[in-house]
Amino acid sequence: MTEAPLEAARSTRRAGARAATVIATLLRISFAEAIAYRSEFVVWILTTNTPLVMLALWSSVASEAPFGSFGQRAFVAYFLVTLIVRMLTGTWVVWHMNAEIKSGTLSQRLLRPVHPFLVYASDNLASIPLRGLVSIPVAVIVVSTVARSELTRDPVLWCVAPLAVTGAWVISFSSMLVIGALGLFWESSIALWDLWFSLYFVFSGYLFPLAFFPRPLARWVAVSPFPYTLSFPVEAVLGRLSRADAFTSLGVQWTYGLGFLALALWLWRRGLVRYSAYGG
Amino acid sequence: MISVRHLVKHYRVHQRPPGLLAALRSTFRRRFTTVRAVDDVSFVIEPGERVGFLGPNGAGKTTTLKVLAGLLHPTSGEVRVLGMDPRTRPVDLLRSIMLVTGQKQQLLWDLPPVETFELNRAVFDVPRADYTRTIDELVTLLHIEDLIKRPTRQLSLGERMKCELAAALVHAPTILFLDEPTIGLDVSMQSVVRAFIRSYSEQHRATVLLTSHHMEDVAALTPRVLVIDHGKMSFDGGLADLVRRTRPDKLITLSFSAPVAADRLAAVVGKTIESSPLHAVLELDGAAMKEVVARAIAELPILDLKVEDAPLEEVLADFFARTAGDA
Repeated sequence: MTEAPLEAARSTRRAGARAATVIATLLRISFAEAIAYRSEFVVWILTTNTPLVMLALWSSVASEAPFGSFGQRAFVAYFLVTLIVRMLTGTWVVWHMNAEIKSGTLSQRLLRPVHPFLVYASDNLASIPLRGLVSIPVAVIVVSTVARSELTRDPVLWCVAPLAVTGAWVISFSSMLVIGALGLFWESSIALWDLWFSLYFVFSGYLFPLAFFPRPLARWVAVSPFPYTLSFPVEAVLGRLSRADAFTSLGVQWTYGLGFLALALWLWRRGLVRYSAYGG
Repeated sequence: MISVRHLVKHYRVHQRPPGLLAALRSTFRRRFTTVRAVDDVSFVIEPGERVGFLGPNGAGKTTTLKVLAGLLHPTSGEVRVLGMDPRTRPVDLLRSIMLVTGQKQQLLWDLPPVETFELNRAVFDVPRADYTRTIDELVTLLHIEDLIKRPTRQLSLGERMKCELAAALVHAPTILFLDEPTIGLDVSMQSVVRAFIRSYSEQHRATVLLTSHHMEDVAALTPRVLVIDHGKMSFDGGLADLVRRTRPDKLITLSFSAPVAADRLAAVVGKTIESSPLHAVLELDGAAMKEVVARAIAELPILDLKVEDAPLEEVLADFFARTAGDA
């Protein structure tokens, strides 16, 4: 082997090792920040438990007779799996981005030779295990005991599920990056996020299963990104999808996720030209 | 090297009068004005130079520093730092510069400063041995050994500023943009920070571009000054030249070993700007100074005699008043 390819291989290894060190450090520091305030942390864990409220509501609706294809046990499984997926995929980076753009503290991030998106991602990923520290083990235990029969037995769907959960995080995170990057143009894009989040609430399956939508509306909902942020991974785990539908959904989901990411990067690059760094 | 040619940076700023009606009106029709923050500024700074960037509030100093650091994109003009265009924020450039602002911080608020040092070590790709050596040096120079393991939020402003400087220098940058690094610090802390910047710059042959409203910072650190006012460069040269050109007269302070009557003092030295039986302050140009000082030494009971330039604050105030008058 000649010297040039060897040097290229060494250089790639060095770059890989460096990226791994940066990501590990970012994750460690984000984790330390997340647990800096103990009481706030406990309250924060409790804030994403809306699916439990919906579980109580829909369980009482289905207590006498099934609602559509959902009996009481199916609702337990649906909302507990929803809780788990939501815990694993929830993001809030748009708030950070808007605050940093307005106050000028984004400048400090821009002075470091690491893309701010990577830092935001690490920040988010590091605190996900903490968010689910209490509720995920409880949800897993309850689903696997009370509603085990509702889970899929198809090994292919079990293989799709982790990819679908990862894809759901990618869509949620990158759509937030898009809206956050718009803050560079508008100074604040929180109102747009509020609009997005209200659509997410209704069309992601967060409040009720998407099967409850009338068919014509369900077709429109299916082409929006919202079902792929929550409902798709939940339905994969519950076996409420055929294998073919699961693979199609996976393709649509990752297309949306990577599309949003590309859009966010483009907006970010354009937006930085307009960044005024006030106060920073 | 830093090279700035015909730099222009304009901001579009929304303006609204106070009051509810104005607030409602601005919802439908916004009025914008263009602020010419930097208006055709050019200069060159050689490697290792320490340069003071002076001007009143809103003169365009911080905007220029932010353009040099790649945070702001110029409206027009050409900027090169180490031969690179800061707008594209190339990694090699980011590894060679640091912008420290007295009003904003990079330290992680909820964690001890040592965590920010570790973060910077990772993102700037500093080898562990170099990092350890640099941190040891910084900790010693800044006396921060006891501070770096306390949460940042529990440090005083001065303590934070010292840790802020250490965090900014973990990757040993060769160009420092310092924006009001001593703002809000007490006199002794200002002196520590000043000594540190000087020592760092000398040891690392680092280029320093410093803005400060504390003239002691400028006098102690930067032999060369750039003066900017209303976005336009009005002086580029030695600090001594600026003083000589603006306030050529010297301040002479005389202390007496015995009381001197006012009429006797006036007869020997002429007009004073401040006097008491035991001391007097005169302001004289170079030609008159020799003659008056010789006469005072010969005829008055001189205990001590001090000759100095006018305070830099006064020099700058005069300079800005004069340039405003010229405009």
